[in-house]
Amino acid sequence: MDTSDELLLDIQHLHTAFRVHDHFYDAVDDISLTLHKNEILALVGESGSGKSTLATSIIGLHNPRNTKVTGDIMYNELNLVGLNEALFNRIRGNDIGMIFQDPLSALNPLMRIGEQIAESLVYHTKLNEKEREARVLQLLEQVGIPDPPLTAHQYPHELSGGMRQRVMIAIAIACKPPIIIADEPTTALDVTIQAQILDLLEDIQKEIGSGILLITHDLGVVAETADTVAVMYSGQIVEQGSVYQVFEHPLHPYTRSLLRSMPQADSDDEELHVIQGTVPSLVNMQRTGDRFAPRIPWMPASSHEEHPVLHEVEPGHLVRCTCYKTFYFPDEKEAAAAGAPQNANEGE
Amino acid sequence: MSLIEIKDLNIHYPIRSGFFNRITDYVYAVDGINFDIEEGETYGLIGESGSGKSTTGKAIVGLEKVTSGQILYNGQDVTNRHERKKIKYNKDVQMIFQDSMSSLNPRKRIEDIIAEPIRNFESMTDTEERDRVKELLDIVGMPSDSIYKYPHEFSGGQRQRIGVARAVATHPKLIVADEPVSALDLSVQAQVLNFMKQIQKEFNISYLFISHDLGVVKHMCRNLAIMHRGRLVEVGTREDIYNNPQHIYTKRLLAAIPKVNPSGREADKAHRREVEREFQDHQDKWYDKDGKVFPLQQITATHSVALPPDEVTQIKSEVG
Ligand SMILES: Nc1ncnc2c1ncn2[C@@H]1O[C@H](COP(=O)(O)OP(=O)(O)OP(=O)(O)O)[C@@H](O)[C@H]1O
Ligand SMILES: Nc1ncnc2c1ncn2[C@@H]1O[C@H](COP(=O)(O)OP(=O)(O)OP(=O)(O)O)[C@@H](O)[C@H]1O
Ligand SMILES: [Mg+2]
Ligand SMILES: [Mg+2]
Repeated sequence: MDTSDELLLDIQHLHTAFRVHDHFYDAVDDISLTLHKNEILALVGESGSGKSTLATSIIGLHNPRNTKVTGDIMYNELNLVGLNEALFNRIRGNDIGMIFQDPLSALNPLMRIGEQIAESLVYHTKLNEKEREARVLQLLEQVGIPDPPLTAHQYPHELSGGMRQRVMIAIAIACKPPIIIADEPTTALDVTIQAQILDLLEDIQKEIGSGILLITHDLGVVAETADTVAVMYSGQIVEQGSVYQVFEHPLHPYTRSLLRSMPQADSDDEELHVIQGTVPSLVNMQRTGDRFAPRIPWMPASSHEEHPVLHEVEPGHLVRCTCYKTFYFPDEKEAAAAGAPQNANEGE
Repeated sequence: MSLIEIKDLNIHYPIRSGFFNRITDYVYAVDGINFDIEEGETYGLIGESGSGKSTTGKAIVGLEKVTSGQILYNGQDVTNRHERKKIKYNKDVQMIFQDSMSSLNPRKRIEDIIAEPIRNFESMTDTEERDRVKELLDIVGMPSDSIYKYPHEFSGGQRQRIGVARAVATHPKLIVADEPVSALDLSVQAQVLNFMKQIQKEFNISYLFISHDLGVVKHMCRNLAIMHRGRLVEVGTREDIYNNPQHIYTKRLLAAIPKVNPSGREADKAHRREVEREFQDHQDKWYDKDGKVFPLQQITATHSVALPPDEVTQIKSEVG
């Protein structure tokens, strides 16, 4: 990606609230993000942090009776927030391709693979039937299906998980959309197939120059593929930056905790780091102060801002709250007491 | 004598077709495998989707009919049901299932789910049983009022811990853990893995740890086997497999693990592509003419590899 690349999506102060017992609760709480052509932006965070909610807000898949979306999602002068359904239908598939986490539930079990791919071509292109057929086979070939004519005639249940995910990608890229949203595209797959799918996404991106919003909770996948990273916790972005900034110089206690809880290839029988407490549910989510504070109870209240905001610690690298400046892990305390350098004032 | 010995285990599923629904072929889901699990150890079984890991695990707990071969428990043959019953094998060997949602009965309360194996194998009064269930919930770090709830009221990580509580309810000697953390967030995964290690120390439990996550397996297992197309392609200690992989399939699996190191990623990708190319170009060398994995050949005291017959002497001299 290049900083001069064209801006595709400009999300500003997005709120997405769900109705629960007659109250609306923000699952996405004031998120601002941009996606450029040729960029892979990774969205990471634990289950329930609001990643899929953000994705489905962009493609307008929420039921308006139970969901309130406010803020702006600008796509080429067009605000996707509050866009009418007719316009959205033209944008979905054509301008924004979506790859879902669970291909089996996203594919129609009663329809042959070929027909499902052709469907979006019927809707968004002027290709005739013959041309559509050719394009379907070409797409299946492009996503690495070994025998396209055979697979085109099969039903989803006849394919392996990896093949189904490839079919989902074929559908998502059928109209060469400038934006691709991939929600956990490889979570259900094993590593060798995951590697193939990620390579495939990168190849496609190189070919059609799309911007990709990649949602995952696999930090290895992020480190290998993303240009930029946004870390979400409780509906907010807590840290954001280039993949190098976030992985080589992680600052927010949440990012640092996540990295620490990974089984490290080279450390032996050690206990893994566990983040205390649990991710709060939508209704029980803390709305004031630092939302991550209850998970790091050893940090004094004075280390947190009253109304935590994102601070730009270096160009492009944003961190929420000032607590990162003094943050340490409990087992580092002894080291600190013994005079070893601590993490204070990092990034300043 | 090991706790569990798997001897030439075969599980073949018939494929039926045609007008008379005759058996026309077989899926060789497990196709002649051998390995041992020692008391108190965690043995890893790794492989891509469809390689036969779950089938192997289910056969060990007695949920899958064995076509041929033997499963020995403390030296005793437990391959068929009558033998298992005689020695209360099913009390000693439990399973944590790959998919916690579908393996917990949605209409049963947590109390009944966890108490089920206790009811099958032990006679307890209602109060004893309830105390035991609460104790088990406490062991897995869940509040005791969970007993009145239903599976859908819990998160994935909590359900997985309920699965663990049920599996340890009868003080088993061996737990077959089929992808126990694959569906979990990092932090919850860390919690469940720490917990599994902790009860292992406390109760001297052995695990057969089935996974396709090589990072997790490396953290948990001292000995492991790599499975492909129903057979074992490589068996060894953690060091043998991760530091000195010999089979192309093992190398490919290791190369595919994404690393948390963005500045090395171009080199990692180049390496991965190189291994992939070698795998594609030389596959026929590493598998026999029917595409099957070769028999394992021992190359060191701990390390065995399914090498093509003519490679064996060469590699043995290099490694040994
Ligand atoms: N339709 C809905 N109605 C009410 N609450 C919802 C709805 N959809 C999601 N939520 C809640 O909003 C929060 C964010 O959910 P979301 O699915 O966006 O999380 P996620 O980050 O994608 O998690 P995962 O990694 O599990 O996919 C969660 O607390 C979830 O329970
Ligand atoms: N009941 C069955 N009838 C026919 N074939 C089966 C049956 N159960 C499994 N198989 C086949 O046996 C092979 C091994 O399946 P198994 O579930 O053991 O794989 P696995 O290694 O656990 O894969 P995954 O990582 O996807 O869980 C697969 O080809 C599968 O399709
Ligand atoms: Mg999601
Ligand atoms: Mg399985």
